[in-house]
Amino acid sequence: MYQFITGPLLWLSFTIFFVGCFTHVVLYIKDLDEALDRVSYTTHIGWAIRGALWSLISWMVPFGTRSWRVKPVYTLMFYLFHIGAVIAPLFLSAHAVILESRWGISVPTLPDVVADWLTVGVIVAAVGVVIRRFILPEVRILTTDRELGALFIAVAPFVTGCMAYHQVGDSTYWTLAHILSGELLLVAIPFTKLSHLVLFFCSRVQIGIDFGTKRGGMKSVGMPV
Amino acid sequence: MPEGIFCNRKSIDTKEGLQEFMTDKGGAAYYKEMESLEVNVPALKAELKRTLKSRLKTWLNTCQGCGLCADSCFFYLANDKDPKQVPSYKIQSTLGEMVRRKGEVDTPFMIHCMDVAWGQCTCCNRCTLYCPMGIDMGVMFSYLRGLLYSQGFVPWEMKIGSGMHRVYRAQMDITTEDWVDTCEWMEEETEEEWPGLKIPIDQEDADIIYTVNAREPKHYPGDLADAAILFHLAGEKWTVPSEGWEETSLAMFAGDWEAAKMQVKSVYSAIDRLKPKRMVVTECGHAYRATVIEGPYWAGIKDGKPPVETLHYVEWVAEALRTGKLKIDPAKRIKEPVTYHDSCNYIRNAGLANDARYIMSMIAEDFREMTPNREHNFCCGGGGGLNGIGRYRKERNTGMIVKRDQILATGAKLVITPCHNCWDAIRDLEEVYKIGIRWSFLKPYLVKMAVVPDHLQHLEE
Repeated sequence: MYQFITGPLLWLSFTIFFVGCFTHVVLYIKDLDEALDRVSYTTHIGWAIRGALWSLISWMVPFGTRSWRVKPVYTLMFYLFHIGAVIAPLFLSAHAVILESRWGISVPTLPDVVADWLTVGVIVAAVGVVIRRFILPEVRILTTDRELGALFIAVAPFVTGCMAYHQVGDSTYWTLAHILSGELLLVAIPFTKLSHLVLFFCSRVQIGIDFGTKRGGMKSVGMPV
Repeated sequence: MPEGIFCNRKSIDTKEGLQEFMTDKGGAAYYKEMESLEVNVPALKAELKRTLKSRLKTWLNTCQGCGLCADSCFFYLANDKDPKQVPSYKIQSTLGEMVRRKGEVDTPFMIHCMDVAWGQCTCCNRCTLYCPMGIDMGVMFSYLRGLLYSQGFVPWEMKIGSGMHRVYRAQMDITTEDWVDTCEWMEEETEEEWPGLKIPIDQEDADIIYTVNAREPKHYPGDLADAAILFHLAGEKWTVPSEGWEETSLAMFAGDWEAAKMQVKSVYSAIDRLKPKRMVVTECGHAYRATVIEGPYWAGIKDGKPPVETLHYVEWVAEALRTGKLKIDPAKRIKEPVTYHDSCNYIRNAGLANDARYIMSMIAEDFREMTPNREHNFCCGGGGGLNGIGRYRKERNTGMIVKRDQILATGAKLVITPCHNCWDAIRDLEEVYKIGIRWSFLKPYLVKMAVVPDHLQHLEE
């Protein structure tokens, strides 16, 4: 069982994840249409790069846009979730050990205590995001099974990983659950709203080019989009 | 009834067609017919397949439903934070639903889409600035308007507007002769006071070709005279084209992309014909957006720029003040508190915030910004064609509450706005809410306070 889910199933999950994400990006770029989008992507290259970078950086830096600044509580939850969700799994020493032993790849790691707190941060933020979804009418009306399902799939590996690390109850059970939920997450990313893992970058670059070249970026540095 | 006499999928292409269409006062019969206008599902499916590409698909599919767009929408704020006014909800329940159903939609659904696309969104693009995913719901509603127009589900006044562009290459029934007459009339009216002033028509190789909003020759010819005075004072070598003088595009608001293309092409041919160095557009937001920002794409210009460098009026004024072509008499500056309203169409679609601030610093002693301002300014409440649509008057008046409160918070009683649509909305806002404000374009104040150079004569009446 363990051999299977950490062997062929893991390979399959990674394949689906990488091929799926790559396909999303390729199709996104291939389908951009200068006439229909009314954006000239291939002229004004310098302005386009500037606009794209401005768009990405402004939105990736906490409180970098007015939208983040006017909603500080949500912004904190958002970054607590996303920073932990990206950094903890990539630099977890337990993951690095597997990489090293299986393929001889050595990666830098975070101290376990930091990874642990990042994981707790992800779980706390996810709970906060769910509560917010139900108590704010303007978010409740936008909430469907798709949003809740994506959140559940995204958080499951962190909850199970946390349980396994702290050896709560049957640690073998939690370890298996962690691996399976991690694989589910990898497979789900291309097929759910979690595809924003790559489409966020596509969309922000596109709108950055749009505003950077066409809609005022050549005249005003202040457009934070 | 597949198609009605008034309400159908055909565009209005003739003068007679327009006249007949307008016999249905207020569109009473038109909207009645719309209730039984059948949706051409195969055509809608085909159009979705042809035009719904990666950008729109991604915008629709990757909205995470975070709700950050809610507070960015003046309709949401003005309607007591009604969740049904959240931008994401509005687009998902209309265009999103249409796409999910793959175009298999019925007449009541299309009428609902029309009511949301024109009555609950002015395409002000403000929500785009608040979306972490960079989803532009203004652009999506504009796209939806195009789909609705092609199926005949368009507000009555918008159908007239796009028909006007098709017939007159102007948003109103103004012929070339009417326009030229107005220019000559304004020249005659003005030259007594300003000896030597000319409104040059069809001069080739001018430094500036000046283009306007049809409302100016139709209702406010004095605006054209003011523009002429300011060009005269600044010593500009300018001209107006006898054809291709209209910058506005109700076709853009209507989603009639074919008419939008016809309209901008008329302006671009005037440029080709007269070969001016630059173009200056009157004080109008959507006109600038239509002809300068979107127009090149409709006309198929690869680099997305108009044939010559084009300035909005605020850019020309700022440049004239900076270079000293126009000088302001400091004693005549506006003394009372004054605020300034940025038009969505040039502030979020052309980045003209700084020039406007520079002008205000030169002409006003007590300039008070609205909060928020610049790129984050709220729509006047009447943008995107909403001002002119009788069916959504109540929605428009409710939406204006946000602008009303922004103005009141400044304490100023005078609002300057270099945009016809905003000017109208602020006028109507005063009519509805009676908050004791006045409103103006820039030109009347500039004419009053500009210094007359020594070599020019000014014979005051």
